[in-house]
Amino acid sequence: MKGRVHVAGIGVISAIGSSVEETMLSFRSAKSGIDKLTLFNSIHQGVLPVGEVKLDNLELSDRVAHHPNLTRTALLGLHAAKEAVSDASIDLRKWRSGIISATTVGGMDKTENFFIDFLVDQNSGKLRDVENHECGRSTEIIADALGVNTFISTINTACSSSVNAVALGARLIQHDKLDVVIAGGSDALSRFTLNGFNSLMILDGEPCRPFDAGRKGLNLGEGAGFLVLISDRVATAEGRVFSCYVNGFANTNDAFHQTASSPEGRGSYGAMVGALKMSGLDPGVIDYINLHGTGTVNNDLSEGTAVRRLYGQQYPALSSTKAFTGHTLGASGGIEAVFSVLSIKEKCVFPNLRFETAIPETGIVPQLSFETGKSIKNVMSNSFGFGGNCSSIIFSANDATL
Amino acid sequence: MEQLMIDLKEQIIEALNLKHLKPEDIGDDQPLFVEGLGLDSIDALELIVLLQQYYNIKLANPQEGPQIFKSVKTIAEYISSHQTA
Amino acid sequence: MNVITRHCRIQHNTLLSQGKVIFQDRSASLDSFLNSAIRALGMGYPKYYKTDPMCKLGLLGAEMLFKSFNPVTHYGAESVGLVLSNTHASLDTDLRYFETMRTMASPALFVYTLTNIVMGEICIRYGIKGENAFFVLPAFEPELLAGYIDTMMALEKNKACLAGWIDVMGDHHDVFLYLVEKKTEGQDALSHTPEQLKKLYQAEYGTVDDRS
Repeated sequence: MKGRVHVAGIGVISAIGSSVEETMLSFRSAKSGIDKLTLFNSIHQGVLPVGEVKLDNLELSDRVAHHPNLTRTALLGLHAAKEAVSDASIDLRKWRSGIISATTVGGMDKTENFFIDFLVDQNSGKLRDVENHECGRSTEIIADALGVNTFISTINTACSSSVNAVALGARLIQHDKLDVVIAGGSDALSRFTLNGFNSLMILDGEPCRPFDAGRKGLNLGEGAGFLVLISDRVATAEGRVFSCYVNGFANTNDAFHQTASSPEGRGSYGAMVGALKMSGLDPGVIDYINLHGTGTVNNDLSEGTAVRRLYGQQYPALSSTKAFTGHTLGASGGIEAVFSVLSIKEKCVFPNLRFETAIPETGIVPQLSFETGKSIKNVMSNSFGFGGNCSSIIFSANDATL
Repeated sequence: MEQLMIDLKEQIIEALNLKHLKPEDIGDDQPLFVEGLGLDSIDALELIVLLQQYYNIKLANPQEGPQIFKSVKTIAEYISSHQTA
Repeated sequence: MNVITRHCRIQHNTLLSQGKVIFQDRSASLDSFLNSAIRALGMGYPKYYKTDPMCKLGLLGAEMLFKSFNPVTHYGAESVGLVLSNTHASLDTDLRYFETMRTMASPALFVYTLTNIVMGEICIRYGIKGENAFFVLPAFEPELLAGYIDTMMALEKNKACLAGWIDVMGDHHDVFLYLVEKKTEGQDALSHTPEQLKKLYQAEYGTVDDRS
């Protein structure tokens, strides 16, 4: 394994903005995107706050010049992937290019509407609404739009899906199987997930409070985040220095429970330690951790315990950006990878909104304000999914010319 | 109360997928969670659904769960004292 | 060099381990077959009944693979990984869960509306803590899986990997699971290549009553 995997471009869309620029503005002004549900009718309207992208499907498809009948997951993914590719300004046709995307709901936003009609009368419901249901379809749609056909793949490992997609992309480049990989994920809000999470009783009826002693649960969100990863060879050919590279990643299974994390945070700890080991970095040189920090009683205690086990009292600046975006499920790894890259590029750390009191068992106080002008060389991002799938990834600044 | 407990046992077996058990296998006072039947937190949530669907009782606070769901008898007692028509 | 040391197959209501039929119940529905298969394997694991068909198939497969050799005790929990794939993702359970949304959403079903929960269940039962990945693909792709696993096993700490295909939709089921390990000196085992995987997956196995 030789050479670095550089991050050449980033693209993101979430409740706090439909571009990198809009997103940074929201961070600077501490403006959260969590609000009332408007996208569809639901018994939870006015009861459960969510992190909606503030564009409907017509507006989204106008922007990505695609058919409005596409699923929302595909539209969000297209939006962010196109921004990332445009940001990278690399001619994908010149290189062995691949796309690895991730999603947990796929085309569910349209499928569930189909079934509402179909289950009552099997002659009703539009079949067009289900043709893009499969997880792989949104990846194929994005690949088609970007002209990528060497390698197309879709990963589904719950909330760690898109960071695993980035890790796989990095691996393929390191092993010289591909030169350029567009990696990330996308997930849209749906009744399916809203009702499901509600049945697990882990949603907060108020805007969530990650890592706070009084936290009550998560808010669901939606969005997409993609990175364009390139090899050293591509970076040299482009003659540019890119802000950062993928320095390490690891994935473990907590092997404890289908939906809860082990109280000691074994899986989370193993993932963080594994990522550090691959990068060869000492925990002390991580400047910022973007926490998984969903706001559930279980995750934040478990993740906090793992962080304290790794760092004791000397933990770096850390925060959960889910207080801004909500928990975007399969897209969260990709979205938060973009935020991690932004932290390095903009030399900033993001605040953990609505924090008042530290969790008594861990005593961790997260970053409380947006701070810029910092020296940010190494950033870690955590994503833990149902099924015990725990991932951690580290991005490091390219501080020298190639 | 007796009939309620018999019904509950059948409903619990159905709702929690305990197909390898029969109602006679579940004791009235047998602990349902951890030891005994070995149910877990997801099963607790299904029991909350069961209370609502079969008995029209809404349990808004899952923290009350452990006490109510201790055994078939405690569930039956809770239903008897809380059931709306 | 990596080798395939154990393999199993579950299809047409039949359990096959290392190419031999060990249990079959052709007349039954999938649900019925899954309930009798666990007894046929002598597997004492009541939690099995609470999972969904995909997890049951995964647990049956892992049980057959690990019957005589548990890689976790041999290599350590963090050194054993899991790489699975299928084509229907969690659609079978998604549909059952969706039905419950009409009255009251079932938390127990919702938990299983994720493709990778089967990996969680296998890891919980056997104590596997290494890396895991799940690919949703149009069909079983030995090239993709073999390439991915070889890359994964190039890392020193990854010493074994449970891998394969677990697909279920209604009564249709198609399972092919195998254990990949690093080749040891003088070991005589099948080479871990796409060709070998294809051969094992496509093999026509003799059945108890000689129909194929």
